[in-house]
Amino acid sequence: MILIVAEYSGGKLAKSTLEMVTAARQTGREGPVTVLVLGQNVAGVATEAAAVADQVLVADSAALSTYNAETWAAAAAQIAQEGEAHTVIVGGSRSGREYAPRVAVKLDAPYLEDVISLSGSGEGLQAQRYTYLARVTETVEAQGPVIVVSAKPGSFAAAAPAAQPGEQYDVDLELPESRVSVTGRNVEKSSRVALAEADIIVTGGRGVGNAENFGKYVEPLADNLGAGVGATRAVVDAGWRPYAEQVGQTGKTVQPGAYIALGVSGAVQHLSGMGKSKYIVAINKDAEAPIFKVADYGIVGDVNEIVPALIEASKR
Amino acid sequence: MKILTLIRQVPDAEARVRLSGNAVDLDGTTVVMDGMDEYGVEEALRLRESGAGVEEIVALAIGPKRNEDALRTALAMGADRAVHVETDERLDAVSLSQVVAQLAQTEQTDLILVGGQEADWDSQALGAATAERLGWPQLTWTNELKLDGDKLTGRHDVDEGNESFEASLPAVVTTQQGLNEPRYPTLPNIMKAKKKELRKDDLATYGAQSRVKFVGAEIQTRARLNKIIDGKDPQAAAAQLIDLLRNEAKVIK
Ligand SMILES: Cc1cc2nc3c(=O)[nH]c(=O)nc-3n(C[C@H](O)[C@H](O)[C@H](O)COP(=O)(O)OP(=O)(O)OC[C@H]3O[C@@H](n4cnc5c(N)ncnc54)[C@H](O)[C@@H]3O)c2cc1C
Ligand SMILES: Cc1cc2nc3c(=O)[nH]c(=O)nc-3n(C[C@H](O)[C@H](O)[C@H](O)COP(=O)(O)OP(=O)(O)OC[C@H]3O[C@@H](n4cnc5c(N)ncnc54)[C@H](O)[C@@H]3O)c2cc1C
Repeated sequence: MILIVAEYSGGKLAKSTLEMVTAARQTGREGPVTVLVLGQNVAGVATEAAAVADQVLVADSAALSTYNAETWAAAAAQIAQEGEAHTVIVGGSRSGREYAPRVAVKLDAPYLEDVISLSGSGEGLQAQRYTYLARVTETVEAQGPVIVVSAKPGSFAAAAPAAQPGEQYDVDLELPESRVSVTGRNVEKSSRVALAEADIIVTGGRGVGNAENFGKYVEPLADNLGAGVGATRAVVDAGWRPYAEQVGQTGKTVQPGAYIALGVSGAVQHLSGMGKSKYIVAINKDAEAPIFKVADYGIVGDVNEIVPALIEASKR
Repeated sequence: MKILTLIRQVPDAEARVRLSGNAVDLDGTTVVMDGMDEYGVEEALRLRESGAGVEEIVALAIGPKRNEDALRTALAMGADRAVHVETDERLDAVSLSQVVAQLAQTEQTDLILVGGQEADWDSQALGAATAERLGWPQLTWTNELKLDGDKLTGRHDVDEGNESFEASLPAVVTTQQGLNEPRYPTLPNIMKAKKKELRKDDLATYGAQSRVKFVGAEIQTRARLNKIIDGKDPQAAAAQLIDLLRNEAKVIK
């Protein structure tokens, strides 16, 4: 079977899980596409998963009430072994990429990390993935009785519901005690459209000038366009915006239909997080700024003059 | 208490990446210590300076000969000694973790510091895979770390926001921006570093083989339209841009 470990948030199945189902089907490998749901009170998530999967295994227990790398890895490896999975697919989120390597070591399996495509190849799998801060696309291959994969969010189409929902089964797990205790949580969720799912993102860089100008320029433009708000690291380091909005190597990777960069220079570490956007739009007063080299559209001009005009022109 | 800090040598962020055949060719490219690894070396030094009872800081690199430069930089920053497992072979992170785990055991390491994401292979897997092999806990994307006896406390980034944590040594910690500001090696320390031990190990003694085959590489440059408008008349420029986005790209309504 192909085992997928479900990702969900706030009691709702995440789009990434639907993407993993597509990735699983693209391998053309035999056996049921099986989604494993780990958590507590996850019946709703399991039912959503059953709409797209051949079968759903549900481990609903207090021990799984919060994510922990060692518990999740133990659970995934145990089910993979019992179900004789030949492919294990985990989400390419920060947490997925944290526990997937542990699953690979437990199963003595090769690991294809953060893949953007996946296909069957002989007794194994072939995949593509980005390297060198997303400047290079590599093709990698692995063989073996079981292979662990993490799928980059946004790289596969979301699976559509099947005619018949898959069966759901409860499973019991033997879980290790977590050795990391969480003593505090600080949820930094942007109150706006989630970056990973936004079709349009308006990002402000240092050129926006200050925190106040984000409220004056970046947010109103985003509101007019129904967009999410992003930030560069320079802006996050300056304390103008929360880290949750940072795009780039050490922030989020996004791939919206349109990425609108205001006062952003276009450093390699920033490009690595947004360079695959369908359309890139740049507003910068420096015609030589590197961001223009990757831009589809742009205006050479001052944010203070151009953005108010854009806010006006984009009103509906 | 001993710290092992992992070092990779990667192309400078501004450098152009070139391909030759079906792989990246770094000949003639400026290479530097991975920024995420600099955080690791710096954090090891700061833990020692905080009086946490750090007896030794060992820098480890696995890779081609040129990695010596990055190891010398780590020594000049203040690491005590370096180990270089020299190889031109490319191993995937999970296979590589075999080498790191074995070395951590022979070196009797208590804490391993690893870069949060590699700037060359864009991998986040080495820290977690090493922790699993050793049966240790791991903390990824760490931006604050304190050590008191064998108790680690700090903060790290998670999917949404961050968490404060507590764990006991031995452990693997991967780095994230904000952890510290790496120091520049001073000239006297660069001179001193030349006399520090840099041991060479043979990869064969670790019995690690890549489980992932690297079959090809391409540089996919998406052809961009590059329609850049002069913003001298902001209203006209803005109207033109919105029109292009609405009617040509059809990305806004
Ligand atoms: C960890 C794990 C636990 C599972 N638990 C169950 C379960 O409790 N009930 C279930 O029906 N399927 C369970 N399955 C799914 C099962 O293994 C099959 O993949 C699935 O039933 C599809 O079966 P099949 O049509 O391929 O027929 P087959 O695999 O040939 O199965 C024939 C019948 O046997 C029953 N069956 C098969 N495996 C199990 C099992 N492990 N435990 C109990 N009955 C089984 C099924 O009801 C099925 O109708 C589990 C799978 C895994 C990996
Ligand atoms: C290990 C590592 C990881 C990193 N990770 C990330 C990451 O995840 N994300 C990230 O973004 N960065 C990251 N960086 C930092 C990156 O190198 C850049 O420093 C950063 O992206 C620059 O942000 P910026 O474009 O806002 O600022 P700057 O580079 O200062 O650019 C500001 C731009 O605004 C323009 N400008 C100024 N005033 C105006 C005006 N009035 N109107 C119009 N334009 C104006 C300027 O011409 C300039 O191009 C990382 C760096 C390292 C070393």
